[in-house]
Amino acid sequence: MRYFQEKIETMPLEEIRKIQSEKLVRQVRHVYEHVRCYRERMDEMGVKPEDIHGIDDLRKLPFLTKDDLRDNYPFGLLAVPKKDCVRIQSTSGTTGRRVVAFYTQHDVDLWEECCARALVAAGATSDDVCQVSYGYGLFTGGPGLNGGSHKLGCLTLPMSSGNTDRQIQFMMDLGATVLCCTPSYAAYIGESLKERGIAPEDNPLKAGIFGAEPWTEEMRQGIQKALGIKAYDIYGLTEISGPGVSFECEEQQGMHINEDHFVAEIIDPDTGEVLPEGSKGELVFTCLDKEAFPLLRYRTRDICVLSRKKCSCGRTFMRMTKPMGRSDDMLIIRGVNVFPSQIETVLLKEGYAPNYQIIVDRANNTDVFDIMVEMDDDMFADTVAGITRREKALATAMKSMLGINPAIHLVAPRSIQRSEGKAVRVIDKRKLTSDRQWKG
Amino acid sequence: MALKQLSVFVDNTSGALADITSILAQAEVNLRALSIADTEHFGILRMIVSDNDLATSVLKEHNYAVKETQVVGVKIGDAPGRLAAVLTVLKDAGINLEYLYAFCARTERHAYMVIRVADNEKAEKVLTEAGFHMITDSDVLKL
Repeated sequence: MRYFQEKIETMPLEEIRKIQSEKLVRQVRHVYEHVRCYRERMDEMGVKPEDIHGIDDLRKLPFLTKDDLRDNYPFGLLAVPKKDCVRIQSTSGTTGRRVVAFYTQHDVDLWEECCARALVAAGATSDDVCQVSYGYGLFTGGPGLNGGSHKLGCLTLPMSSGNTDRQIQFMMDLGATVLCCTPSYAAYIGESLKERGIAPEDNPLKAGIFGAEPWTEEMRQGIQKALGIKAYDIYGLTEISGPGVSFECEEQQGMHINEDHFVAEIIDPDTGEVLPEGSKGELVFTCLDKEAFPLLRYRTRDICVLSRKKCSCGRTFMRMTKPMGRSDDMLIIRGVNVFPSQIETVLLKEGYAPNYQIIVDRANNTDVFDIMVEMDDDMFADTVAGITRREKALATAMKSMLGINPAIHLVAPRSIQRSEGKAVRVIDKRKLTSDRQWKG
Repeated sequence: MALKQLSVFVDNTSGALADITSILAQAEVNLRALSIADTEHFGILRMIVSDNDLATSVLKEHNYAVKETQVVGVKIGDAPGRLAAVLTVLKDAGINLEYLYAFCARTERHAYMVIRVADNEKAEKVLTEAGFHMITDSDVLKL
């Protein structure tokens, strides 16, 4: 089995474009009729649904940003009656206001099919035992891969994340062949197997699908070695559906975008201008046939490159590179990519509110990496030792996520400089003279 | 029995203390005693004030992290060797000090020590047995 839906995944470009055009025309009419936000934006720009004849007219439509999602929380962008929805998923919510995405049954099916395509591209068939160790719940990781695994007909182990002892026990006892989780958790499982004296060739796994957080090629090599598997990347975001918006095939050279459902564009993040294929810029997605929460031209803030180069796997869907950063916030500190999202993840896990500021500077040719974190009454210990202990524990947790050691400074509540209500996340004192990193 | 102290987390920035004391002044909270623990990045301001609830609520309104802590208040004579006598009692009982500070009353010829230890009750017990007078929140109001 090479493809989950061969006809679709291998169709010629002209056919992809034809399908995209038909779906886009329908989708624009749907959102214009049902979502006030789109109607107002389009009216402002003087664009009517009748002006959209096909995929080439996509650039006439307005962009949508994460702020728009927050402003329209919870029902503002819902394009079908609430009673037609069967599910919500939600993002981790970094500024207090979460983003909630809605799904009809059709939308869930579409999403799960995308995940099934990813599983097949990673070598899975209905004979496989698929261990899903992403978190379940509001987070899309667990439900997405779980659904994909069902669609494909794998025996699905809905492990969710954590409890590594049990993960390893089920993996060994039930013969899990495909592991789905975050790359950092995959690496951790690898270490735990080693600690238990289980050699890479002695676990039943053959492949893994790892996403939801940035990871490097070095990390891939490490995970492949530690688990004795091939490690595949998967990309997605809750706003667009979840994991499976794009996925890697056996080539491991970029992720195929499920173009029958999602149109990708690359734009200049400063001007909004659409850039030609092969340019590095901000990734923008349009949902072609989702019903409940169909975002048009949603700015992901991920920086990457798109390619239509022919892939030896036979899929004709265009490929995107792994996100090389965020249009607003990736940092390279001591040679390591650091994403504020990783820092947020650690803070939430350690019981802190994600109110922080990263300060990077350079002293004696070495990067100095400080993170200020706002404390609250609950964690305020009355002694210096108590506060220092907290700072050290948080630094250790950061080190294990980021790979480099920041200095943590707890600061007073609400003391971090805010701009228009949002905390200023990054102060990079090294960059005052150089251009932004992604421009080259 | 014990004395209640307010601790406030203070960023190590200029004017931080002026801001806090101004807030308390505006609320007409009187300070009886205070001490500051300082590090390179932050400080902890510890205070005995005339109205803990009022002070806590106005400071929280201004987004400060505030914590009420039980401490031991001991009245000692204003004479050489009196503090040493208190600390010897604690030492002999094996009680470790976390911090302490002192204040004087306007009229009396006495000093007052504010002491933070892990076990307040035990400290109060051994000090009382050794003949020292503990002070409480209501005593502070009368000073």
